[in-house]
Amino acid sequence: MRIEINGEAREVTATTPAELLFELGWGEARVATALNGEFLPKTARERTELAEGDRLEVLAPMQGG
Amino acid sequence: MRDFYGTAIDTPLMLGTAQYPSPEIMERAFHASGASVATVSLRREAGQGQALWDVIRGLGVHVLPNTAGCHNAREAITTARMAREVFETNWIKLEVIGHADTLQPDPFGLLEAAEVLAAEGFEIFPYTTEDQILAQRLVDAGCRVLMPLGAPIGSGLGLNNRYGLKTLRAAFPDIPLVVDAGLGLPSHAAAAMELGYDAVLLNTAVAQAGDPVAMARAFGLAAQAGALATAADPMEPRDMAAPSTPVIGKAWL
Repeated sequence: MRIEINGEAREVTATTPAELLFELGWGEARVATALNGEFLPKTARERTELAEGDRLEVLAPMQGG
Repeated sequence: MRDFYGTAIDTPLMLGTAQYPSPEIMERAFHASGASVATVSLRREAGQGQALWDVIRGLGVHVLPNTAGCHNAREAITTARMAREVFETNWIKLEVIGHADTLQPDPFGLLEAAEVLAAEGFEIFPYTTEDQILAQRLVDAGCRVLMPLGAPIGSGLGLNNRYGLKTLRAAFPDIPLVVDAGLGLPSHAAAAMELGYDAVLLNTAVAQAGDPVAMARAFGLAAQAGALATAADPMEPRDMAAPSTPVIGKAWL
């Protein structure tokens, strides 16, 4: 399945965002997710099904002003 | 002292965490400044997020996530929701940018986002203009802090509209007010505090100084000096001279 992750199209085997984060090596990372522009809470990552062409944003703490 | 959504801060300085020469210098700058609050952001995961989070936590200050770079209410709302989960706080510095060059806040998008987020329990620190009517609408929406800009973000120009800032202070005596953005020198921070503001928020003036640690200390001292001065009830300026040394008892020579 083709998913766009942080702006980059990738071929993935995961079927949920939770699995996908593990596939990307971010399973334990402190990140927040948005699916197709909508906030996807951590608690919803396991029960959400990914679909072809979905856009997933994975954000982490960064410096800010 | 006015508190920020029930939280009292020890010093009237809020400091950004971006643009320092190194994380070590950022840490030293925070300690030198005595800042009570650190602003942070969310960006696409690139592997350094966890390390940064540990450094920020180690500062022992309150964390204020921002929605920097968001150009409409929808983006800002989504970013705020994501920030709440990652940083485990209801505090959000709400920025909705209206123009890419001037980084002026978009007052309409800001109000729209504030209404949605306040209903979700967010404790909003809106990056706004000194416009009194917008300020009232933000308060009506549930904002209990207002953060008017001193000057455009990163400009270092200081307090561009001192009259507007003063008017805002008078109009909202019970709302904590923070001058956010545009400060370049410690004297700007002191001037904001002397207007009766509750804190100042800055980043570039410290992080991009030749010696960020020394500049951080200078800003911390200036903000505290301004706060002390306001509490000490300053004299009214007058147009004519008035001798301070007693006139009575002067010798006839």
